[in-house]
Amino acid sequence: MTEAVKFSDDTVLDLARYFRFQWEPVQEAHVLLYPEGMVKLSGSAGEIMKRVNGSATVKSIIEDLGKTFPGIDLRNDVMGFLEVAHGNGWIRVKQG
Amino acid sequence: METAGSASSRAKVSNPLWLLAEVTYKCPLHCVFCYNPTDYTTFGKELSTDEWLKVLRESREIGATQLGFSGGEPLVRDDLEILVAEARKLGYYSNLITSGVGLNEKRIAAFKEGGLDHIQLSFQDSTREMNDFLSSTKTFELKSKVAKLIQQYDYPMVLNVVLHRMNIDHTYQILEMAEAMGAEYVELANTQYYGWALVNRDQLLPTREQLERAEAMTNKFRERVGSKMKIYFVVPDYYADRPKACMNGWGAVFITVQADGTVLPCHEARMLPGLTFPNAKDHDMRWIWYESPGFNTYRGDGWMKEPCRTCPEKVKDFGGCRCQAFMLTGDATNADPVCSLSPHHHIVTEAVARAQKPAMPVTVHPIVFRDDKSSREFSKKTEPAAPAQV
Repeated sequence: MTEAVKFSDDTVLDLARYFRFQWEPVQEAHVLLYPEGMVKLSGSAGEIMKRVNGSATVKSIIEDLGKTFPGIDLRNDVMGFLEVAHGNGWIRVKQG
Repeated sequence: METAGSASSRAKVSNPLWLLAEVTYKCPLHCVFCYNPTDYTTFGKELSTDEWLKVLRESREIGATQLGFSGGEPLVRDDLEILVAEARKLGYYSNLITSGVGLNEKRIAAFKEGGLDHIQLSFQDSTREMNDFLSSTKTFELKSKVAKLIQQYDYPMVLNVVLHRMNIDHTYQILEMAEAMGAEYVELANTQYYGWALVNRDQLLPTREQLERAEAMTNKFRERVGSKMKIYFVVPDYYADRPKACMNGWGAVFITVQADGTVLPCHEARMLPGLTFPNAKDHDMRWIWYESPGFNTYRGDGWMKEPCRTCPEKVKDFGGCRCQAFMLTGDATNADPVCSLSPHHHIVTEAVARAQKPAMPVTVHPIVFRDDKSSREFSKKTEPAAPAQV
């Protein structure tokens, strides 16, 4: 069971335990690997997950994405994806 | 000759995702429900370390991401550390599927260092007596120790327990044992009737009542522990009225490489008559996956007969399991007789009906442990080992 979590700007996110994030050349996509399974990520999901590294805050993830994709307000989309990813058990909040 | 699903539909063949490396058929256990081929003692020499490294490299190049080291008991190979480390370098997510026999602190430390992702430990039952009887060895204490090592090295605690007539009534105790060991995932997998398990089917198939009780116990346990333990309960397909989507389709995502290098679309396909499967020593995995006749024979639905050919559900279950169709009907292109639409469905319902009666005394139909001696006996027979259709 996962409760809806509102992340604050200072929340540090990390991959869930036993998850691995990597680029799959054959599928031309980023994927998440875990025991007995795999999630193939869309291009934008891959760009967000690339920045979930156990040290970046939500704010810095959004800012860094803004540098790669300038001129677009990404905040709501990124927040929305991170909440879905958390709900699916792909990422966890890193306890300070 | 062009087989169904070959050249014309080549573009539709997707890349493999799973590689199961059955690195050896040697095993210190002798489980009565083992799915390994009964004639494994006739197989050729095991692949060398370098040959396995070639299999890993080439399979990764064509897209496999999940890798299972299995057997037999994979820990019997003393080069497993080398294979694990290479698997990590290549980018596999790797899983060691083991009875735990042969796993000590030195080896698990090397696996961790090499980058093994996950260990799946099998238990035969929760009680020492039954565990030791079913695997015909004394291993229960050892498995409990191994479970502790797995946790100590920060691996997810994944337990696999094969259920059947003789242990299914202990489902609740099995789950309590799993909880006591700190298991995070438990797979209660009802026996699939291949290999040794098919030989012993009449002793292993549970009654419908046993099955219902076990599911009820599982649900009760789930309510108590909540989300801290994920429990998968896999129903035996004999009790279903539609077949399993075996391997998610023939040659769709899955590759098995056997100890001698034979490459198969599933663990059991070697038994199918009229097909030759390539050896990884002689061919590149890319050719084997995309071009070899063995991998193309049952791709798509061109090979199907009625009732599958016009069935709207063929896209969901692909006609079920080719090997089960062959084992039970003698023709791999028939519908899997688990399906209630199959004209051979009575073969399954008769086995199920027999299972509702008290078990035959073991003196009438002795249970067969998986070992080299029995394998040599089976290998002398030309027919595949199957239980008598009483």
